[in-house]
Amino acid sequence: MDLRAGSKSAAAIDRARAQGRAALICYIPAGYPDVQSTIDAGIALARNGADLIEIGIPYSDPVMDGAVIQAATTEAIANGFRVSSVFDIVAAITAATDAAVLVMTYWNPVLRLGVDEFARRLADAGGAGLITPDLIPDEAAEWLAASDKYGLDRVFLVAPSSTPERLTRTVAASRGFVYAVSIMGVTGTRTAVSSSAEKLVANTLAAGADRVCVGLGVSTADQVREIAAYADGVIVGTALVAALRDGGVPALADLTKELSSGLRPAGTEAD
Amino acid sequence: MATTPAASAQDGPADAFLSGAKGTGPGHESLRHAPGPYFGSYGGRWMPESLIAALDELEDTFEKAKIDPDFLARIADLNKNYSGRPSLLTEAKRFAAHAGGARVFLKREDLNHTGSHKINNVIGQALLAQRMGKTRVIAETGAGQHGVASATAAALLGLECVVYMGAEDCRRQALNVARMRLLGATVVPVTNGSQTLKDAINDALRDWVANVDTTHYLLGTAAGAHPFPAMVRFFHEVIGEEARGQILEQTGRLPDAVCACIGGGSNAIGIFHGFLDDPDVKIYGFEAGGEGVESGRHAATITLGRPGVLHGARSYLMQDDDGQTIESHSISAGLDYPGVGPEHAYLADIGRVSYEPITDAEAMEAFRLLCRTEGIIPAIESAHALAGAMKVGQRLTAGTNNAEETIIVVNLSGRGDKDVETAAAWFDLLDASTAAEAAVEAVNRATDAGPDAGSPRNDAGEDEAHGWTGE
Repeated sequence: MDLRAGSKSAAAIDRARAQGRAALICYIPAGYPDVQSTIDAGIALARNGADLIEIGIPYSDPVMDGAVIQAATTEAIANGFRVSSVFDIVAAITAATDAAVLVMTYWNPVLRLGVDEFARRLADAGGAGLITPDLIPDEAAEWLAASDKYGLDRVFLVAPSSTPERLTRTVAASRGFVYAVSIMGVTGTRTAVSSSAEKLVANTLAAGADRVCVGLGVSTADQVREIAAYADGVIVGTALVAALRDGGVPALADLTKELSSGLRPAGTEAD
Repeated sequence: MATTPAASAQDGPADAFLSGAKGTGPGHESLRHAPGPYFGSYGGRWMPESLIAALDELEDTFEKAKIDPDFLARIADLNKNYSGRPSLLTEAKRFAAHAGGARVFLKREDLNHTGSHKINNVIGQALLAQRMGKTRVIAETGAGQHGVASATAAALLGLECVVYMGAEDCRRQALNVARMRLLGATVVPVTNGSQTLKDAINDALRDWVANVDTTHYLLGTAAGAHPFPAMVRFFHEVIGEEARGQILEQTGRLPDAVCACIGGGSNAIGIFHGFLDDPDVKIYGFEAGGEGVESGRHAATITLGRPGVLHGARSYLMQDDDGQTIESHSISAGLDYPGVGPEHAYLADIGRVSYEPITDAEAMEAFRLLCRTEGIIPAIESAHALAGAMKVGQRLTAGTNNAEETIIVVNLSGRGDKDVETAAAWFDLLDASTAAEAAVEAVNRATDAGPDAGSPRNDAGEDEAHGWTGE
């Protein structure tokens, strides 16, 4: 399929795969604490080992987010964040790095702007596609059409609670990769990654997925290493947001470098 | 006409549930028993994948239960012998003078156990939770009425209950927090976002995602993801079934108008449902106009909102140009919600129901009038319906010389005990009570070492409150 071949997310994951490793996918919220900081942070992520970058759109009712990301996105909105600036952020990071840049967003801000208009502007900015935590394929007819029209990736989520039928349906609707939620819960760091993640990845691959990446609760290089052994990519969010909060872009860069060390087998050095 | 839940449900499977399953689009002859997930272009499931399996399980359990005679008999028994149904239909003869002289009948949901219509829904959902083998229910609450009702049903059925409530609402409704704790519930103050009802729903959803194996989310209104809107309506349909039968019995005919207040819209959809297929009955939903819709401080979601998705459903929504939810404002905590149930959005679009805003001031005037003319203190939510009924009555009787031939049914969805403090402040009655307290204190001081000296009452109250939190 042409569209599949054109997937920026898939290409980024495949570049990592060609190096014999999983991809590192890093989340930061847009406009936290301001737009220029997000651009600087995104570039720092890419230069320190992130293969894909998720730019989160701050939203008033983020039901899948835990306390750390909620606090950051609430602050971004209070600081005057406007949705249209996410396209500037995506364009700036895409221009400066090789990373695939996705936007992660709750669905209402996309609906408000208009699904086609949102997709058009994201594609114009060089964005790879959307990750949609509260949009399931069942409700996504408009987005399926717009993402086809503009050649964007559509990353839907699967969860440990997903039935085989739903896995099949979600995999079929996804492009780029499938986002496997490691645990039943919201974003936030956890000391251990649930064993349900590995099983979910296996089931999702069995349902026909080409690329499955795991997120939720991942915060250390050891966890990255553990997941990288069975998934095509590892997604980190809360830990990075906390680093950005506590130490700004330098702390974010350090943590990203540290996390990326988990992509190589234990005991090996970077080339 | 059926007047008991069992009877109404028996006529359901025979006709309406089956025909309703074909859809509710234009041209479909019946608006009753719309099964969801869609009401026109509204409704659906705009939810994280993690919760879809639980929604499927709930839908499956509900679809089986609503045609299960044992389940329906259990609900009918609890409605009758626990909640006190059927609720009365009371003619408000002195209040009628303020509604243009039309005859006004009040559907007395205020007389139900726990003081509002909310009990209808929580009993149904708590029984479903039991059928699913879930041992824990969670709920959101604004003013505390749904939280109290949920805690009540949980106590009755031996379920663990956790209620999420905005921190600000916890402070304003301290007595309802105490009521929930008395009933054995854990109340969690929500400090996220705007610390209001919508944020309480967000936190309840976060809890649900993490604990869905053991937990049922007992949503309090006819909104949210499928099957909640159709399911919550089902449990409240008894209001409309009873009201229709009662008005026929008392007046020999259907009313000219039916009025209800709309927050999320559960009491309204319950009473409207009984009359949706009676084309000569005008139906009105009254939203919270707050300080006036032009002020920006209101909760008139259908009047001024735009379609969007929030909390799992597509419906009208108060949102800014970026799709961020706008905080609503109303003197009535129960109407203070920036969304509305999707079936109402549909009924508004097709013109079957008229939705209009009622300001805080209009509602409080109706509140005062009902107290003075009928000896009934309504919930401030329900006072919006009363204020709307006054307008509708004046409109419908204008130019006629036999106003009493116009009949209006108003859903008096709850009683106003919880609102006494708000009303006392609104009507400036606080000076008088402060004066009374001062007089008592003066007497205590005069008697010197009386049992109440040194205001021990307050201290004891604090200790008891802490005792309940300690669980």
